[in-house]
Order: sequence, then structure tokens, then C-alpha cells
Amino acid sequence: MSNLIIDDISMRFELPNGGAVQALQNVSLNLKSGELMSVLGPSGCGKTTLLNIVAGFLAPTEGKVILNDHVVTGPAAERGMVFQQGALFEWMNVRKNIAFGPDMAGKPAAETQEKVESLLQIVGLKDFADKMIYELSGGMQQRVALARCLANDPDVILMDEPLGALDALTREKMQGLVLKLWKETGKTIILITHSVEEALLLGERLVVMAPRPGRIHKEYNLPFAEMGVGKDLRLVKKEKRFGEVREEILTMIWDMEEEIMGRQEDVA
Amino acid sequence: MIILFIYIAIFVAAMIGYKLISGFLTKKDDFTSLKTVTFGDESAVISNRAASIISIVAIFLIWGSFTGSKIVPSFLHVSGPYVGETSFTYEAKDASGATDTGTIKAVVHPVSEPAEKPVVDEAANTGFAKDAAEKVITYRSILVSKSDLLENPSEQEIVSVDGKAIAPNGSVQIDTGEVRMTAKGSLAYEPTKGLQMESIWLPAPEAVVTRLIEISSEGYQNVTLGENLGWSIYRVIVGFTLGSIVGIPLGYAMGLNGWFRGWFDPIVEFMRPVPPLALIPLIIIWFGIWETGKISLLFLAALWIMVIAARSGVSGVSISKVHAAYSLGASKSQLLWKVIVPNSLPEIFTGARVAMGVCWGTVVAAELVAAEKGAGKMIIAASKFQNTDIVLMGIILIGIIGYGIDIMMRMAENYLVPWKGKG
Repeated sequence: MSNLIIDDISMRFELPNGGAVQALQNVSLNLKSGELMSVLGPSGCGKTTLLNIVAGFLAPTEGKVILNDHVVTGPAAERGMVFQQGALFEWMNVRKNIAFGPDMAGKPAAETQEKVESLLQIVGLKDFADKMIYELSGGMQQRVALARCLANDPDVILMDEPLGALDALTREKMQGLVLKLWKETGKTIILITHSVEEALLLGERLVVMAPRPGRIHKEYNLPFAEMGVGKDLRLVKKEKRFGEVREEILTMIWDMEEEIMGRQEDVA
Repeated sequence: MIILFIYIAIFVAAMIGYKLISGFLTKKDDFTSLKTVTFGDESAVISNRAASIISIVAIFLIWGSFTGSKIVPSFLHVSGPYVGETSFTYEAKDASGATDTGTIKAVVHPVSEPAEKPVVDEAANTGFAKDAAEKVITYRSILVSKSDLLENPSEQEIVSVDGKAIAPNGSVQIDTGEVRMTAKGSLAYEPTKGLQMESIWLPAPEAVVTRLIEISSEGYQNVTLGENLGWSIYRVIVGFTLGSIVGIPLGYAMGLNGWFRGWFDPIVEFMRPVPPLALIPLIIIWFGIWETGKISLLFLAALWIMVIAARSGVSGVSISKVHAAYSLGASKSQLLWKVIVPNSLPEIFTGARVAMGVCWGTVVAAELVAAEKGAGKMIIAASKFQNTDIVLMGIILIGIIGYGIDIMMRMAENYLVPWKGKG
């Protein structure tokens, strides 16, 4: 029921020196409830801008975002957000961070408490509930961020490179966790990433964006997310098709970067 | 100059001595001692506890030895002023070329121990150059008039002292001091002062402690020590509190609203670099010298610091925290109270520490200018009566209280904002 419609969005920033940047041009996407979509693209292709528009932090110059039959005009609890890092409230402990959304909404404490406990269980932070944020490792902090977002029970979860600051091993574990949460909660998720592998693993749908102006370049429907739920992601990566798609996308992005550079180089 | 050299000597000696001793005593194998690169590695530089202790001891040692203190063994005292009996002879010549000698006896005594003039042996006091006897207080000098020494001063004059020739405006060193001749031919004797400081310049440590005990029970000029310090602290707390009550909300408003920022920025940026002390004359003209004036001054001293602290506290909230709070459903007022205020607390505490320090310095200075009671008033009053021991005691207490305030602020900070610097 929670259909997310991104309807023909364009975004144009006026620059102080009189010029303008076309950050997005005629981007349209339609997400069904429970869909997991990853967005990939070279730097400057407007993926973060797109996410900020869906979150309601920015108003598009043209077009609109529609969720549950109403137009998005600003940030709201129905669209949760997970940031790369630094968005946790370090003056609160883990439990209070997770309970932030329900507390702000004035939900009954007992109900919130119950929810927080179950989320702590799900993200595996049962023993760290009373720790302060600065006592946790980067991976644990991102688990808190995920749990905090889920505690609010949003219709759509927007993830802006949520695993970008983590080391490779933690990142792989967290990718498994994201898949698990997606399957268990049935949330609609949009995930922005720089990593091609991550985009393949964590996207039923994968959108590749191109820069200047930011636009959708190509879209894939992939089986790997479904495959990876509850499994060793390394097995998924060994799939023949996985390798093929990865090479295809890498080449695609490589070419885009070349184009941005404005020169051709011999690629060995 | 001498003191500086002695201080440097103690510093070097203690450093070398400590190295030698500690090298024998301890064999360290903690992480830092295993580092091979220490010069330039700031984290390998650990404040040496022994050095801190020796440093404090050294200060008291120098203080004690230059004031003849009882807390320092007497063999460490630098030479003190000459005390005791002394005498020197002089030779006088008359117009015909005949000479005669006289003896001047003097007893040199500290001001606290009165003494009697030595007796002149009148039987041996013959000739035109007479003997004389004087008493001199240490660090002072005595003038022996020519007319008291010579029978006929207009025709006779003194030509030498202890066998050394002397002329008007000249001087001769004797064992126990210096004899100068004035332009009119009289003699002035100044006993050796030694290297020790007169207590009017620098009292001994125990004199300061004695004064502390005396003043904390009896008070100085009818005001007890507790009252003096209490008034100063009271002014600081009231001024700082008022400054914070106005400054912090103003800083928040400037951090959150463009109109407020535009309106107050010129005022704040102009007032911030004006030292509070420069406002004292204006404050006195406007508010008088009583409490209103001093508290207004401290209010102004704290205000700008707290405004800037609160403003930069708001600016320090990362945009992703704000976005996160909004997308978790927070309203504007919830964002303010649950995110912006706690997030700016570390900055505000830093500002509060600075403001308290500035206020403490300002209150003492303001009391120096005008006050009935207060730490600054106490030392300025004492200085007018040359009660150096009270001045010194006051300065030490002001230092201790200032340091105490900072430590208390730091403890409060650690307790209230444990996440500071760990975001």
C-alpha cells in the first residue's frame, strides 16, 4: 500500500556567480511496498540530492514525490533516514537513541520499551543497551542507527551510504544485517552506495545514475538480494551472473568517469 | 638576576640529579618507555611528577633563602644584612695641615630589636676630630654631620676613612658596609645589606602564613578574610549567572535566526575584543562604585563570551543530526531541546570556564579600583600601608581560588558532558 512515486523530478541549483547546476533531470521512479532499491553512480550524479528530496530536506525545482497518495513537503517520521555516520545523539545511551522517534511522538513508555528491547535483540546490541554512543565501534553505531530508524516504524527507509565508513569485514556483516532487516520488516528501502558489489547485493532493483545532468542511466532487476537473505554473501558473489553484471556496471561507470574527466585514456 | 641564575642552576641540577637517581631506581617497560622516537612525539611527553614537586619546593627554597626564612635551614640563606657593632676611624685635617683621627662606633640592629647607642669613651676623645656613636637600623643609613665630628667644621675637613682617602661625593668600602661623604663633607654610613630581601619588599613565607592565620580570625581593617573573599566570589557568581541567563538564549537565537544574527553580530563582534577592564571607568560613571557597578561589569564580561559560546554551540550541530531528528518525527521545539541544547553543552561549558576565569580576573581588578570589601580591596588597602605580607597572601589566595574555580568547572564538565570531544 505504501507506494513511493518519484514523479519527473528535476533539480537545478543557482550558483552565486550566475551559473547553474542541473543536479537532476527528469528522474522518475516507482517503488512498490517492500521493494529494496540500490542507487549507484559516480560522484556528482545527484544520488544524494535525490535521496534528500525523497527525505523532504530539499524541494525539487520540478516534479514531486508522492508517498501513500500525498505529496512530500518536508521531513516526516514516515520516511526514516540512515546516515553514513555522525548522526547519532552522543549525549544519549543506545537505548535512548533507539527510543528517540517514539519518544518524540509521545508514545507510551512501556510500549516503546518493549519495541526497543526487541530491536536491540534484532541488531545484536542486547548487551550494549546502556552504553554511551562514543563507547561503541563504528559497526555498532550503524546498528544503532538502523534500530533507531526502525523503532519509528517508517514506511520507507532511506540509506545514504550507511556502510561507507566501515571496514571491509564489518561492512560484509552489516550487509547481511540489512538484508535480514529488509526481509523481516518488509520495509521499502532506498540505499545509496559507492560500492558496485554492495549495490548488487542489496538491490532487488539497481539504478545506475549518470552525471551532468543527474539522470537515470540504466536499471536492473536482480535476484541477488533475495538469494542472499540469511546466507553467506560470499557465495552470492561467486555466482556467474553476479560477476557479469558487476563487470558491466563497472565498465559503465568507468566510461562515465572518463567522460567527466574530458579525456580518453588507453585502458589496459 | 642572581635569583634567575640560581633558579636555572636548581632546574638543571634537579634534572640531572633526577635522571641519575631514577635511572638506578626504576626499570620501566611500559609502552611509552619502549618508544624509541620520543623527541617530537607529543604523546610520549608525560609531565614529570617529581619535576613538579621539586619546582614547588625550589620556589619556596629560593623565597625562604632570600628572606632568611626559618623554614629553610640557615646554611642555605643568602648573606643577610650586617647586624652588630662596628666601628671605623676617620682622619681629619685642618688648615695648617695638622691631622687628627676619630672613631665612629655604630650598632646595627633590625627594626624589630631596638638597641642602645654604644658608649663613647670621653677620656680618650681628644683632639679636634671627635669620636661618635650611632645606631643604625638594618637596610637604613645614618648621617654623621661634619659639625658633630669636628671642632671647627668650617676650617677642618675629613680626608680619609679607615686609612682610605675620601673626598666629597666619594665613598669608601669598609668591612661592614660603605661610608659615603656628602657634598658638604659629612659622613654617611650604610651597613652591608646583603642579598636578602627586606620584609617590606618580600616577607618570609612563614610571615605570610602567620598573617593568613591572623587575618582569617581577626580580619583586616575590620573585615574578615572570609568576608573579603566571599564578596568577590559572590560578585563573580552573580555577574556570571546574569551574563549566562542573557547570553546563552541570545547566542541560541543568533545561531538559529538570521535576523537575530544580523542584528547582534556587529554588537557582539565589537564588544568581544574590548577588555572588561577598559569598561571600568564608564561603569563607574554610569553605575557608581557600588555593587551595581561591579555586577554590571562582570555581567558584561561574561555576556559576550557566553553569547559566542552558545552561538558556536548551535553552529556545531552537524546537519545530519538535525536531519536525523526531523526524519524521526521531531518538532522544532523538540529539535531545540533534545538535540541542539545537549549538542551545544560542551561548547557552553568551554565558554563558561573562560567566562569564570575572566570574571574572576575582572572582579579583582574592579575591587582594586573601588570597593569596600573584596579580595582586591584587601590587597590594595594593604599595599597602601606597605603590608607586603597581606598583599602576597591575597595574591596567593586569589590564585588558589581562580585555580579552584577552574577545577570545579572541569569536574562539572566531566560529569555533565562526558561525551565532550568524543563525538
